[in-house]
Amino acid sequence: MDVLKTTLSNGLNVLLKEIHTTPIISHWLWVRVGSRDEPTGLTGASHWVEHMQFKGTPLFPAGRLDKDISRDGGFWNAMTYIDWTAYFSTMPADKIDLPMRLEADRLVHSNFDPQEVAAERTVIISERQGNENNPMFLLDQDVQSAAFEKHPYKHEVIGDMADLQSMSREDLYNHYKRFYIPNNAVLAMAGDFDSQLMLDSVRQLYEAIPAGPAPARVAAEEPAPQEERRVVTRGPGETIFVKAAYRSVRATHPDFSALTVADSLLAGPSNLNMFSGGISNKTSRLYRHLVDRDLAVAVSGGLQATIDPFLYDITIVVHPERKADEGIAALDEEIARLQDKAPKAEELARAVKQAQALFAYGSESITNQAFWLGFAEIFDRYAWFETYLARLAAVTPQDVQRVAQTYLRAERRVLGVYQPDGRPAGDDA
Amino acid sequence: MMARAALSLSSIPGGDDITRVELANGIVVLVRENPNSLSVTLRGYLPAGSLFDPDDKLGLADFVADALMRGTAKRQFQAIYDSLESIGASFGFSAGTHTAGFGGKSLAEDLPLLLDILNEGLRAPLFPTDQVEKLRAQLLTGLALRTQDTRDMASLYFDQLVYRQHPYARAEDGYPETIGAITIDDLRGFHRKTYGPRGMLVAVVGGINAFTAVEQVRAALEDWTNPDQPALPELPDWEALPARAYKRHDIPGKSQSDLIVGTAGPPRLSPDFMAASLGNNILGRFGLMGRVGDSVREKAGLAYYAYSSLAGGSGPGAWEVAAGVNPANEQKAIDLIFQELQRFTDDLVSEEELNDSKSNYIGSMPLSLESNGGVADALMNIERYQLGLDFYRQYPSLVQAVTREEIRAAAAKHLPVNKLAVSVAGPPRAEA
Repeated sequence: MDVLKTTLSNGLNVLLKEIHTTPIISHWLWVRVGSRDEPTGLTGASHWVEHMQFKGTPLFPAGRLDKDISRDGGFWNAMTYIDWTAYFSTMPADKIDLPMRLEADRLVHSNFDPQEVAAERTVIISERQGNENNPMFLLDQDVQSAAFEKHPYKHEVIGDMADLQSMSREDLYNHYKRFYIPNNAVLAMAGDFDSQLMLDSVRQLYEAIPAGPAPARVAAEEPAPQEERRVVTRGPGETIFVKAAYRSVRATHPDFSALTVADSLLAGPSNLNMFSGGISNKTSRLYRHLVDRDLAVAVSGGLQATIDPFLYDITIVVHPERKADEGIAALDEEIARLQDKAPKAEELARAVKQAQALFAYGSESITNQAFWLGFAEIFDRYAWFETYLARLAAVTPQDVQRVAQTYLRAERRVLGVYQPDGRPAGDDA
Repeated sequence: MMARAALSLSSIPGGDDITRVELANGIVVLVRENPNSLSVTLRGYLPAGSLFDPDDKLGLADFVADALMRGTAKRQFQAIYDSLESIGASFGFSAGTHTAGFGGKSLAEDLPLLLDILNEGLRAPLFPTDQVEKLRAQLLTGLALRTQDTRDMASLYFDQLVYRQHPYARAEDGYPETIGAITIDDLRGFHRKTYGPRGMLVAVVGGINAFTAVEQVRAALEDWTNPDQPALPELPDWEALPARAYKRHDIPGKSQSDLIVGTAGPPRLSPDFMAASLGNNILGRFGLMGRVGDSVREKAGLAYYAYSSLAGGSGPGAWEVAAGVNPANEQKAIDLIFQELQRFTDDLVSEEELNDSKSNYIGSMPLSLESNGGVADALMNIERYQLGLDFYRQYPSLVQAVTREEIRAAAAKHLPVNKLAVSVAGPPRAEA
């Protein structure tokens, strides 16, 4: 089905896609702000602002919003990532007016009540402490920090604890005012509506909001990595994790598709659906070389579509009777195999078939379709998604070999190991 | 703002668009067509859960379910996954307390393959030694990670506090020593004895023809028999706690504590289940996690998450409040949760709260039934609890019938504040 795409006079990008299979509408407002826009001292500001967006405006006081959405049978939430912050609501089609009015209102009128900011500080610190309970968060944090020198991608989205303790209400409010402007946002909706009528509604709600000055970006050009970096994270537990994070390419780079296929061959197909499950990876090269040979109990890969070059990572959960170095040696053997010999055409055809199936699953959820509309717009254009399968199908075996040679080199990676200190857990009551 | 189609019941599954067939060997097949879908979801269960586990082999049912796709008489492990992954399909088995479940999805034309894999896994697993040992290492790693997970450990000890001698006290995934003790003969014996067609359900939803789908299931599974298949063990009665019970479990090196407060709740078929469910929505779900979320997270700022849940299910599953807090705030959070529970059991919920939750339940139903998986889950509920094929169409009137008094009665009966369990897992207090 066609997508209605337009830009309002204040710069707001609007994408509307009619889907009439079920009486549901999903509404997404994307703001081009994430941890890549945070200078040192303000890490975590974008995520904290996202929390504050649920704390009310003069028109929609705190506490009422959730109840109004729930009462209408909808669900809503928000998420902050390195490049973006997104707010979504999925509602019965005849109840979409409320979240539409609310999103337009809180784009510019959020209260940032000082008491609410103070209460949310402890909530976010608690969220971070919950993350810290997880060994993979601790390892990710160290790997990401070692992977970038200048670029804010070096920080976790949730922010550094010191910044969460010191950031002020004014810091957060200024961050909000700078980035939450219509010319820095994307409105994407999919579902059971008439696009022209819906566009009229969108204009009524948004067109009066004035554009703001284009926000200055702190994201700096990151120098090319020169040598392999190694980090060891120590913490409680018995299980060893390895994370190899290679400097990747931005989503718009011509090599992104070939890297996607390389990931699929090495670690199984990545799932681009936020609201639909993926498939197993037990026939992937790394699974066969590491798990089938008892060096690891699990392996996975992750390639993200990002504005600036981020990381392609491979995570290994090391077998309880093996060492990290054995897993790393096996990983290197498989990467060398892909670099030394182009894969067979059948392997590529299989990767494309898998991607097609994942697309079919993802298209069944209206929420997921609306997610795709806006997500691609953040780092490129929706056409990125529409041509995704065709671009994968155009990748050749030689392309895959070349990107393995180009990007999966040791000097482009950080090798992180979570080394458990083996402290036993015990009872005291 | 504009006129749009109001919700109609025609998109909700009911007797006129669900096909229900009972095969000669007792397997019940439920199918619903979704002509808008390119894919198909296959889900189901059979009564082969951890209730059959011997005490010294806890985790056996789970181990067996996980091992069914590790090699069959027809295909080796890699061939099974090659056939699935080559076409972008997924399929797996898992075990719960009462049943072993299975589920997967594929493009609609590949349903026969999913049924082949189901059939082979159910009827011809080989439990090859090398694959069993790989799986054992994976299960033991999972258990090692569990000992480091504050949420998992709070939950494990909560079950022990609440259920004591009742089978629900037992960990479905076992313990390192019980997983270590399970032999290949145990796996084969469990499979031979408990796996069979009696009590089994197969649900198929998606871009398929219902008649064809039923015939495909029939061709795959109707000739399966197991004359020795036992009935599920009877659940003993659960006895209420005599007094409040408390357990704190230390996990050094952690930053946050997770806590659970609650006890056993009503089974799904208990007459007061719907009242308890709506009450639970008010207590810890509605809006940003109900009264509990409002008190512990929104007002006091003590936690990133705080909510309540009611398991329902075939037996007395838990009714509990959970939160993740800074270790210094454990007691404050527990006190706030008890205040909310006291209010919930003593006072009537307000008319407004009840009406809000009713409209939330009724309004959100179409969203939960949007995907093939959501409809498959609904079909399984219908069969598991014998709710009737029109249950989801009657659901609004069932919800509307609940009164404030019924909610208070259900709360007072199932959540007596002086007889609840409190389980906390977090860093040792000296570390916090």
